[in-house]
Amino acid sequence: MTAWTGERPTTEPAIDSMLARISRVYEHQFLLYRRTWRGSIFNSFLSPILFLLAMGVGLGSYVDKGGGGALGVPYLAFLAPGLLAAAVMQTASFEATFPIMAGFVWTKRYHAMHATPLQPREIALGQIGWTATRITLVGAIFVLVMIPFGAIYSPLVILAIPVATLTGLAFATPIAAYAATQKTMNRFNYIFRFGITPLFLFSGTFFPVDQLPGFLQPIAWLTPLYHGVALCRSLALGTVGANPVAGLIHLGVLLAFIAAGLFACLVQFDRRLSK
Amino acid sequence: MIGSTAVAAPDRATAESATPSLIRARALTKRFGEFTAVDGIEFDVAPGEAFGFLGPNGAGKTSTMRMIGCVSPVTDGELTVLGMDPERDGPRIRARIGVVPQQDTLDTELTVEDNLMIYGRYFGLSRGEARRRAKELLDFVQLTERANDQVEPLSGGMKRRLSVARSLINQPDLMLLDEPTTGLDPQARHMVWDRLYRLKQRGVTLVLTTHYMDEAEQLCDRLVVMDKAKIVAEGSPRQLIERYSTREVTEMRFDPAVQDGLGDELDGLAERVERLPDRVLLYTDDGEAAAVAAHERGLRPETVLVRRSTLEDVFLRLTGRSLIE
Repeated sequence: MTAWTGERPTTEPAIDSMLARISRVYEHQFLLYRRTWRGSIFNSFLSPILFLLAMGVGLGSYVDKGGGGALGVPYLAFLAPGLLAAAVMQTASFEATFPIMAGFVWTKRYHAMHATPLQPREIALGQIGWTATRITLVGAIFVLVMIPFGAIYSPLVILAIPVATLTGLAFATPIAAYAATQKTMNRFNYIFRFGITPLFLFSGTFFPVDQLPGFLQPIAWLTPLYHGVALCRSLALGTVGANPVAGLIHLGVLLAFIAAGLFACLVQFDRRLSK
Repeated sequence: MIGSTAVAAPDRATAESATPSLIRARALTKRFGEFTAVDGIEFDVAPGEAFGFLGPNGAGKTSTMRMIGCVSPVTDGELTVLGMDPERDGPRIRARIGVVPQQDTLDTELTVEDNLMIYGRYFGLSRGEARRRAKELLDFVQLTERANDQVEPLSGGMKRRLSVARSLINQPDLMLLDEPTTGLDPQARHMVWDRLYRLKQRGVTLVLTTHYMDEAEQLCDRLVVMDKAKIVAEGSPRQLIERYSTREVTEMRFDPAVQDGLGDELDGLAERVERLPDRVLLYTDDGEAAAVAAHERGLRPETVLVRRSTLEDVFLRLTGRSLIE
């Protein structure tokens, strides 16, 4: 090995393109993921297996016996695509809280990145890009688990994977923007307790929202999870063609949440890092 | 090892027009809402020099460093770094500087070597080149045998050295070190100083902040003293001591009751007399003579120490306060 000589370039170093700089953040996250990927993949399989066994097979057999014909399909087939969207939402929300806090406060890795040619917005985009990859993996594994349960009715279910990712990002982007304003993790509990958990239960994942009291139904429509669940379900059951306008509305709502969330993210990352 | 006396610096003031400054600040100001952190300061840093900001906590040193490092927008005034405008050319400037922040920003979830490697990638190095430089730099900061260890169990001094190594991965023209040895034990401090001294000898321009006068004396060719967001003096350590203090200082510690009762017995013993809460300082060119004179006047301090003036004395003279409070 040669000794470090303190050599310095004689010409100005070339600067990466914005896309290349964003990809470095992604690469960093990938390095971190190498440490935990086994456990993470294991959980991604285990969680849908347990849920589909307990709720889909166990509870589902009762629902189907008790005149579940109201749903048009076995309860398992109704539940699985909804759970797909909801599970991805949960992972995405987690990825948008604690890892963001780590970047700003615990390891301060975002501050370290900002001392390089990276701009705050590039750091935000790289982080969100990584989150998208993580949750796509969760969604893909979920669909894989659905196969042996016989919960797949249409090849369109493949499209439910990116729709689940969009559902996750509709949560991850605004939550990451909020996390970028926080100095401690204390308030993250509120997000999960009063946001994610109620949505998980009442956005059409386990039962159609028209079963909710009338005043709650409009609230469900305003949340991205309702639209993600509905779209994933219509793709998995192959019914999306019957009402393509509804499908486009669901997609539009998800994209609108992501656009607004991403914008907030860029603003908050810049505010936090460029004080 | 580093010499125990300050290195005399060439007078940069006259060189200013000849050599283009690496950093040039005019009326540089930083405000956070109503609070003014940096109030119209002016300075130039020439290539190859070690330039220091000396001052107590809250003097505005870190805010200044963050503006130079292009991570904090300038509120008012003028700042050029490497001939460029931080607001417009932030990424280009940052590509050529190395930053050692006040608090470590090492990735504690990665290994020592991966910390350097990924940082090299942020500067656009290929993976191979980033690895090559990482290994060289770990050798330079004497951390080769910890290359594959996690960062967390490293000692404070090792983490600091790793931060120094990381800041060099892009072969910077300019290094910014914010309180590089704060919180380190004496041995670890000397190890960091030694590495910085070597960097300086290799022609790397160092800009550092410190509230340790010994650090400023050891490392800085030239420094500015900051207090309450302003620069109150500028020069080499030796110049500052000559200008604002005497050659020697006689420190006398009295029983607190005795010190409180002291009247005009101290007058005329030295060029200048400072009464601190816990001791009396006599500023004079001959400390021994002052101690003898005090004894002849019947003063019986519990301890007497004659020493050379330091930047601490300069700071005390300029601000009426100690550096570390």
